[in-house]
Amino acid sequence: MPILLEVTLKSVVLIFVLLTGFAYLSLVERKVLARLQARIGPNRAGPMGLLQPLADGLKLIFKESVTPAGVDKPIYFLAPVLVVVPALILFAVIPVGQGPAFQLASDINVGALYVVGVMGVAVYGITLAGWASNNKYAALGGLRASAQVISYELGMGLSIVAVVLMASSASLADIVEAQMPGNILGWFVFRQPVAAAIFAITALAELARAPFDLVEAEQELTAGFMTEYSGMKFALFFMGEYVKMIAVSALFVTFFLGGWSGPFVDQVPILSVVYFTIKVVACLLLMIWTRATLPRMRYDRLMGFGWKVLTPVAIANVIVTAFLIALGVPGYK
Amino acid sequence: MGLKDVLTRIPVGFLTVLKTVTRRPVTIQYPEQQKPMSARFRGRHHLKRYEDGLERCIGCALCAAACPADAIYVEAGENTNEERYSPGERYARVYEINMLRCIFCGYCEDACPTNAIVLEPIEFPTGYTRESMIYTKEMLLESPPINVPATPQRTPPGKYDRAILPFPPIDESQ
Ligand code: SF4
Ligand code: SF4
Repeated sequence: MPILLEVTLKSVVLIFVLLTGFAYLSLVERKVLARLQARIGPNRAGPMGLLQPLADGLKLIFKESVTPAGVDKPIYFLAPVLVVVPALILFAVIPVGQGPAFQLASDINVGALYVVGVMGVAVYGITLAGWASNNKYAALGGLRASAQVISYELGMGLSIVAVVLMASSASLADIVEAQMPGNILGWFVFRQPVAAAIFAITALAELARAPFDLVEAEQELTAGFMTEYSGMKFALFFMGEYVKMIAVSALFVTFFLGGWSGPFVDQVPILSVVYFTIKVVACLLLMIWTRATLPRMRYDRLMGFGWKVLTPVAIANVIVTAFLIALGVPGYK
Repeated sequence: MGLKDVLTRIPVGFLTVLKTVTRRPVTIQYPEQQKPMSARFRGRHHLKRYEDGLERCIGCALCAAACPADAIYVEAGENTNEERYSPGERYARVYEINMLRCIFCGYCEDACPTNAIVLEPIEFPTGYTRESMIYTKEMLLESPPINVPATPQRTPPGKYDRAILPFPPIDESQ
């Protein structure tokens, strides 16, 4: 198959899967959140509410697309796109299964760097949306987003550095391979627990999800950076947020939970995709569970926690890991 | 919050939330499931009729005067023998109760000299718009007894010259 056709085909399938995943993730989140709060959740559209995403989508399409006066038009319209695209292209380097059939570009040797870079770009959409909206709540949300993401990106980058050190490769395919010395203890979540914890926390902050959802804190900022967005433009932000949730879960699985590895993948390659999906769904449920549990942090505490706790711990973790690897301690080679 | 709190209390919080999954949801699926009305709920208003089909309400607007929430609006009209709605001179040409203002205190019931307006806990007023919550006379008026003509009726002169008929009053024990 010519390479271009193959890549296009894979991308189309990936995007289709991601968009379906986004739609149903929003439903699952609402359902699970409801059950965690002793409620029922959406159950009117279709059997057990299964058509709810469709109903939501239709509703958003038919909403009037309002453009408030005084917005910075080009940036205002560009911002939602800038949120969705990085979320989608993050998946390019994530190996979703064993063998080249399930991988798009996961063997590029700067995979980890690409991840950090794309995650960094994603915040532009939010900041620009807040800035271009000509609304003080939106601007505050956008500013919070940029400060928060810059602070937590550091911790996240350093936790990825520890993983890269362990795998002695920045390619995500190699990182998965490095976690497969036969048993579950090979997963980096056991060999790099500190990095895993830091990645999990900073990922929540990057996604601006509870308890770090100050970017769109409803009670203070109405809807933060997306206050002035309605209809499909709002839907794009929504989509970006949920696709990024899936992408970050997939990254956590790749970096720390052994990626697509699992029993019998060598015999039945399709099982690897199943394992990967199960792990990603588990991470997503954990995120929803977190949202149901933890209250939003105060802004100064958020910054303090990022700079005074996470970053130093992440740096220390990288140094210790480097020493352990240099000394050839078993499990760190 | 110290490190000890983080390590002890946050996991407890997570478990508490997880335990909720085993609880039955508290949601009431409204149109299908309905909460029983409070035993002391007086119910919504009904405009009553006499046994011969005439309306009890004579448009005196005492109920409107008694209403603490200013929820009742009454406009009286003149009865004639050709077009008779109620005994006596006048009837309620317009009778509206704004169910969104009403506090269901029952003062209108007490004020009414003819026992025309009665609160009965049959159904609870519900609606989708504010307009639909203003109940008109047609919505409040009960239908006439079987085989009895509705109002307006053509009546012989001199039969209904008193506003309050010596009919037995409404059975209060119901
Ligand atoms: S029940 Fe009370 S508030 Fe309601 S209409 Fe009668 S007097 Fe007014
Ligand atoms: S309901 Fe009773 S109090 Fe009110 S106007 Fe009619 S007769 Fe008068």
